[in-house]
Amino acid sequence: MSLRVRRLTTPIVLLAVWEGTARAGVLAPDKLPPPSAVLEAAWRLSRDGTLGASLLDSLQRAVLGLLIGGTIALVLGAVAGLVRAGDDLVDPTVQAARMLPHLGLVPLLIIWLGIGESLKVTLVALGAFFPIYLNTYAGIRDIDEGLVEAARTCGLTWSERVRHVVLPGAMPSLFLGLRLAFSAGWLSLVVGEQVNGQSGLGFMMMEAREFSQTEVVVLGLLVYALLGLLSDLALRTGERRLLAWRRGLRAA
Amino acid sequence: MATRTASRLVEAAGVRRSFGGTVVLDGVDLAVDRGEVVALLGASGSGKSTLLRILAGLDGEASGTVSVPASRAVVFQEHRLLPWKRVAANVALGVRTRDAASRTAAALAEVGLADRGDAWPAELSGGQSQRVAIARALIRRPELLLLDEPFGALDALNRLKMQALFTRLRAVHGFAALLVTHDVDEAILLSDRLLVLDGGRVIEAIGVDLDHPRAVDSPGFAALRRRLLALLRVPATPDDAPS
Repeated sequence: MSLRVRRLTTPIVLLAVWEGTARAGVLAPDKLPPPSAVLEAAWRLSRDGTLGASLLDSLQRAVLGLLIGGTIALVLGAVAGLVRAGDDLVDPTVQAARMLPHLGLVPLLIIWLGIGESLKVTLVALGAFFPIYLNTYAGIRDIDEGLVEAARTCGLTWSERVRHVVLPGAMPSLFLGLRLAFSAGWLSLVVGEQVNGQSGLGFMMMEAREFSQTEVVVLGLLVYALLGLLSDLALRTGERRLLAWRRGLRAA
Repeated sequence: MATRTASRLVEAAGVRRSFGGTVVLDGVDLAVDRGEVVALLGASGSGKSTLLRILAGLDGEASGTVSVPASRAVVFQEHRLLPWKRVAANVALGVRTRDAASRTAAALAEVGLADRGDAWPAELSGGQSQRVAIARALIRRPELLLLDEPFGALDALNRLKMQALFTRLRAVHGFAALLVTHDVDEAILLSDRLLVLDGGRVIEAIGVDLDHPRAVDSPGFAALRRRLLALLRVPATPDDAPS
């Protein structure tokens, strides 16, 4: 109880100070409007459907990008982790490509893909790819060889060993990769949506900037943060369920 | 290839294995009869674990002829249970018969863990984990049990309990076993025959003629122990001058 109160104290005080200073005119309304104005904008934009539509468009890009980047990463990571020839063919190249900051590719991607949807989805996919690839690969590589051997002596075939030993063993690492991919994906989406656009949260914010609706810009930021928080929460829940065996360590 | 008699279960001849330039096994001959427990003793690095891995089919790079039954199971020094499977699922791993569930329950009951099938491996003590590893081997109803220092990681009291468990299980199931150990007492207590490995070869084979039940104060135990320790070049008592 007191712990919860103490934890909530700082954000509440910050909000109150923000509201107070904005109302007192210390903060210029066009620089930083008070939280109440941001809430009001949220209410207004949800009622006229702007916020919902923007959110949906952004979510679609995020999900599509994560699916594409994640699937390719999973397949390549598994091939490199499981097959020696795959390791030689895939890993050095991916490790080298990792050095390219993918957000720096924006100008090149605009030349290749234009400024439409494919640019945004590609950016998210690129952002999600590397963390998932790296952690899939590392997760498979770090599996205790003794467990694989024990499974072999129990008569498990190669594919059964992959299913019962390698995949579950790589799962904790895979979840770490997913979490990093989610945050990299959101970041890529934010950057991608600032490059032109006809819809989405980024478009909503850029448009509001032109009309000096600072409260909508702040609202967009908050929604981005909220999305990141929710996706992380969903991931944690999935992790708790799938990695229940790790809790055994605590229950003992 | 050596001719195989009806009672011969394991037959290995001229087994060689080297790692890089180091020869670990230099022409080992070994035979185990049905129902026979053979202990393999040797100093660290004498190649006893390597030999066991070859018999277990885990080492494809050894030369020589090896004939082992398909019905075999391995217990390692570490329990090697899959942490993400509950105890029962670990025991039943790779068992494809329809009665797998009842066999799992029976195997767990035999090692005294009938009520722990739903536990995660992380919830077990070291001794319990090793019992589960034994149940995982037993459920396969092996003709040959390969044990690689199975009790080596346990404390002294747990080790005594596990040795008693092994003796009991052997009486019930009649499996043959190859027991790799560096514990001279354990080797004498549990085995019918002792092999001493040194320099990549079997330098001595000793039949153990002590009556069952055996204990460290059984007549003849001390003499055998002395003889083995001499072969392993280890002083029999702390007072012995190093040779």
